[in-house]
Amino acid sequence: MKETLPSALFALLTRDLTIGRRIGGAASLGIVFFLCLVAITPFAIGPDLALLSRIGPAILWIAALLATLLGLDRLFQAEAEDGSLDLLLSSSAPLELIVLVKCLAHWLLTGLPLVVASPLFGLMLGLDTHALAGVFVSLLVGTPALTLIGAIGAALTVSLRRGGLLLAILILPLSIPVLIFGVAAASRAAGFAMPFLILCGLALMGLALAPFAAAAALRHSIE
Amino acid sequence: MPNYANPAEFLRLARIAVPVTAALTGVLFAVGLYLALFDSPPDYQQGETVRIMYLHVPSAWMAMFVYIVMCSAALGTLVWRHPLADAAQKAAAPLGAGFTFLCLMTGSLWGKPMWGTWWVWDARLTSVFVLFLIYLGIIALWQVVEDQGKAARLVAIFTLVGGVNIPIIKFSVDWWNTLHQSASVFRLGGPTIAMSMLWPLLIMALAYTSLFLTLHMMAIRNEILRRRIKRLAMIAAAEGEAAPVAGIFPEPAE
Repeated sequence: MKETLPSALFALLTRDLTIGRRIGGAASLGIVFFLCLVAITPFAIGPDLALLSRIGPAILWIAALLATLLGLDRLFQAEAEDGSLDLLLSSSAPLELIVLVKCLAHWLLTGLPLVVASPLFGLMLGLDTHALAGVFVSLLVGTPALTLIGAIGAALTVSLRRGGLLLAILILPLSIPVLIFGVAAASRAAGFAMPFLILCGLALMGLALAPFAAAAALRHSIE
Repeated sequence: MPNYANPAEFLRLARIAVPVTAALTGVLFAVGLYLALFDSPPDYQQGETVRIMYLHVPSAWMAMFVYIVMCSAALGTLVWRHPLADAAQKAAAPLGAGFTFLCLMTGSLWGKPMWGTWWVWDARLTSVFVLFLIYLGIIALWQVVEDQGKAARLVAIFTLVGGVNIPIIKFSVDWWNTLHQSASVFRLGGPTIAMSMLWPLLIMALAYTSLFLTLHMMAIRNEILRRRIKRLAMIAAAEGEAAPVAGIFPEPAE
């Protein structure tokens, strides 16, 4: 029986989600890391709630950026190690779509839980309702963009034994625009609509371009 | 017309071109520095410190120019799989990082008397700083991937991704900076620069470009030679494998 393209991609998605749920508890670990980052910031800055609520959106965004980055080095590496990446590369499904599905699975496991948890952590930083909503919505749009940009770095470093640090070095400069407009939308420093729309634009651009760059990098890494 | 993309042809060309561009670089720097340091007027506001500009502005131009050179070499690597494009990419990265660092250093030295501080999160300084980080990432990627052919293709992809991103980063940083506008932002005296300052600046820009061409050709040559040595060493190792073994375990004499 020949697999159709949508069913093959759906099978890949459920496979990734199942693996993510069973092994390592990526979702819960990501949230705990996010929580730790939020928890240590007041120790560095001081318990002044007025100051914390002012810089709260920035803290949440940096924590989300680092938490997203943390799991990214494993995005393709487990598959490269056990050989299933070769199968994915030689499958009839376009590699760009496979990359996109893997990014979606990764975001559902690590990005989405952060977004859902962010209002709770925002309360601990003394954010008001407006700011909570701003952080929630901007992270909802921004974390997929971070995952997509990160996928390029993950594909570039997939064949390296210790690619994690290099991945961060490569990806952090490229994620500066997302950070700038994400924090600006969340903190409403220049109104909400304008930075938020640019953030959406960055996310869409990542959606359109990153799978191609990541797929090209995977092909050159594995050959 | 000889095919300059061929490494052997390139080595022949470089043997003639490097001394010429090196001499040109020397002359241009001598003229440019004389004009910049002695024969141009001090600024009516900034006094003598304006002379830092003649070192600072061309290095900022070169920081961007070298990235464009790297992007074209990256296309050569990905589209034509050209070994010389690989070498050109690899040779350009440290040079670009060097010019960017020079730009940041001179900017910082200029900032101290002008702004009263070594560093400000000014839009232009910040985007050059991010460019510097991207250069460092590229150099790091070159260093960690062992197979140089593969490294060239991976770096090429990252360079092009960075090339798409750099204008976006520049735009974002400009926007971010107007959002957090500080009270006093230094601007060049007026909308136009005086001719007496423009000439030394242009000559210095030519000197920097010529310096880059010289160093780039030398670095490409070194890269080609380095690969040749590596290949010869591997051939020697492969051939030499039998000899020591035969020496250690000689055939028993009948």
